[in-house]
Amino acid sequence: MKIRTAGRHIKESFKSIIRNGWMTFAAVSAVAITLLLVGSLIALLMNVNKLASDVEEDVSVRVYVATGTEEEEREALRSDLEEIENIEEIEFSSREDELENVMGSYGEEFGLFEGDDNPLHDVFILNTAAPEFTAEVAEEAAAIGPVVDDVNYGGAEADRLFEIMETVRNIGAVIIIALIFTAVFLISNTIRITIFSRRTEIEIMKLVGATNWFIRWPFLIEGALIGFVGALIPVSIISYLYLSGFDTLMGYLSGTYFGLLPPNPFLIQIVALLLTIGVVIGSIGSSLSIRKFLKV
Amino acid sequence: MIEMKNVYKKYPNGITAINGLDVTIDQGEFVYVVGPSGAGKSTFIKMIYREEMPTKGTVKVGEFDLMNLKNKKIPYLRRHVGVVFQDFKLLPRLTVFENVAYAMQVVNRNPKQIQKRSLEVLDLVGLKHKARMFPNELSGGEQQRVAIARAIANMPRVLIADEPTGNLDPETAWGIMDLLEEINNQGTTIIMATHNSEIVNRVRHRVLAVENGRIARDQERGEYGYEN
Repeated sequence: MKIRTAGRHIKESFKSIIRNGWMTFAAVSAVAITLLLVGSLIALLMNVNKLASDVEEDVSVRVYVATGTEEEEREALRSDLEEIENIEEIEFSSREDELENVMGSYGEEFGLFEGDDNPLHDVFILNTAAPEFTAEVAEEAAAIGPVVDDVNYGGAEADRLFEIMETVRNIGAVIIIALIFTAVFLISNTIRITIFSRRTEIEIMKLVGATNWFIRWPFLIEGALIGFVGALIPVSIISYLYLSGFDTLMGYLSGTYFGLLPPNPFLIQIVALLLTIGVVIGSIGSSLSIRKFLKV
Repeated sequence: MIEMKNVYKKYPNGITAINGLDVTIDQGEFVYVVGPSGAGKSTFIKMIYREEMPTKGTVKVGEFDLMNLKNKKIPYLRRHVGVVFQDFKLLPRLTVFENVAYAMQVVNRNPKQIQKRSLEVLDLVGLKHKARMFPNELSGGEQQRVAIARAIANMPRVLIADEPTGNLDPETAWGIMDLLEEINNQGTTIIMATHNSEIVNRVRHRVLAVENGRIARDQERGEYGYEN
């Protein structure tokens, strides 16, 4: 394409945006509202997802050391545990530490058991690399030998938790995909209406001998611009709300295992996604909509 | 120049609009297409610039073989065939000048040529002084002149006029007629579908009467031949 022609197409699309003022306004608002909905729901669902993962990460395998195990044996056990694959971290919590935890949770009266009366075990706490390895790691740890008194990871409860989280994640994915489809549909529909009102114009263009691409380019650019401007509005609203919401909520959540997705890169990804949806749908929507009228 | 042989056109709804039509029109002719409503006049005319594709037969316009013309090539055919309609079909959001210039932008002419030629054709139709107005600020006759200016801007070899005077009062209609005559004198073939018996009978040219999808009468300097 000649530069002059490209310049002409860009000029035409701007001219048409201005001359069709109200239609442009309607299309931009439709894009903005749709993307605002899509964007905020994605932000919400992705964070629910993140919290779900945090909950899962919190599940760890507790390996109880048999009472009366000597320190050497215990260290041997530690190196055995280190051999197991898919373990990210091994923590040791002595029976004294454990008792203190219990006293912290259930009350000082458990202080009676301090010293030699302590019925609790020394514990190795294994954090697996990913939640799905939990059961496997627990099995392998249990197989080490008599030094291991018991292995516990919440068993059935943890499995149930994983199941629920999996469901939450799947539902979230389905909703996000459905929303993106809705956005695509709504935006291209709005643009179709804007173009419908200009079908005579397209008909005349065809009759004076304009090629399809000559007609299509200005519409394509116009659609992309409408999509872009329409996306800028939800992008700024969501950015502002997410940044301020992030600081507030992270304050509450500090000291827990839970956290929101940090704005970098999450917010940047959402912004990129919304702008892309706007521009791509805008241009594709408009060129699809005029396809019908080009057949004259 | 324009050649149709054994042409049939059956619409998807089952109506046969053209039923074995043969005709040849030479470069530079002025031809009236007359006939009752629904006889196939419009379909005949639309087949010349490929708005309608014949079901069967041969249609040739210049070097274009319309039966084997790819859809992608249609625009190039239309640059050789200017069309004027009863309802003008001007772009309402463009000024008179822009409407005329548009037909040339489409062909990728350079802006200087566009400027020059637009004013030239507007001068020919006598509307140079209204170049900056919008179509809705003009009278019907003036709008039709703009449409004609647009149709001839690219110097087509054929100008098709589908009832160009249908919406105009008699005096204005004569003005349009004079203009078409002038364009014809410059060598452009003119094919004009009309119901205006007065024009056909006074300004004598070849008359093609279309009835039941065929040429019922082909007469040099013929009469209109129907009761109005």
